[in-house]
Amino acid sequence: MAVTVIFIGKLADLAGEGERELPAPLDWAGLMAALDPDLAIAAKSQRTMVAVNGEVLADKESLAAKDGDEIALLPPVSGG
Amino acid sequence: MARDVQLLTKGFSPGKALGLFAKAHPEAGGIASFVGKVRPDSDVKVLELIHYDRLTLPGMERLADEVEGRWQLDGLLIHHRTGHMRPGAPIVLVAAAARHRRDAFEAVDFAMDHLKSRSWFWKREKRGDGWHWIEPREKDHEDVKRWDV
Repeated sequence: MAVTVIFIGKLADLAGEGERELPAPLDWAGLMAALDPDLAIAAKSQRTMVAVNGEVLADKESLAAKDGDEIALLPPVSGG
Repeated sequence: MARDVQLLTKGFSPGKALGLFAKAHPEAGGIASFVGKVRPDSDVKVLELIHYDRLTLPGMERLADEVEGRWQLDGLLIHHRTGHMRPGAPIVLVAAAARHRRDAFEAVDFAMDHLKSRSWFWKREKRGDGWHWIEPREKDHEDVKRWDV
């Protein structure tokens, strides 16, 4: 029963890893509590977006991840 | 309309891809294309583009949908690199084949503006003093807003 959290770009640097498994189910408060303070601050930034299974959430605080879901924390894109 | 959208993990030859694209569209009245390269700037040694599988290529496909909806094209090609690149290396090739030139020019311009500011890529540069994350440029956001009507 796990959720995979993917850290991208700068956030992977902060996390010190590209991904981490956390117990399912997982909501926004649970995710914030599981991350290191610096990472949680970056994740809360208005410019950080969150996707679940490739769908970007309109409101990341509505996160409700289930077993097997993949959450991605997305810093602002730099463009191609 | 024939579409060729690819996320490439290795170096590519824009000239070769464009030649094949032209061959595949003998019916087109014209082909417009754009090649973006790693700018051979100051002390940048390597550029790394990072993508996210679940968003990047699906996002490029959605962009192609939008381009097809706005312009009358015979063919559309979007090839974008990910991974490590040296200065001077090609990053992106966009090409549009159309009956009439205006459609081809505008389709390529639109696709590039969107790739530069709204596509799912993250970038960092390796300079003499290590890696630096690249923030989006204000100019790129202004460029893409031209199309928001």
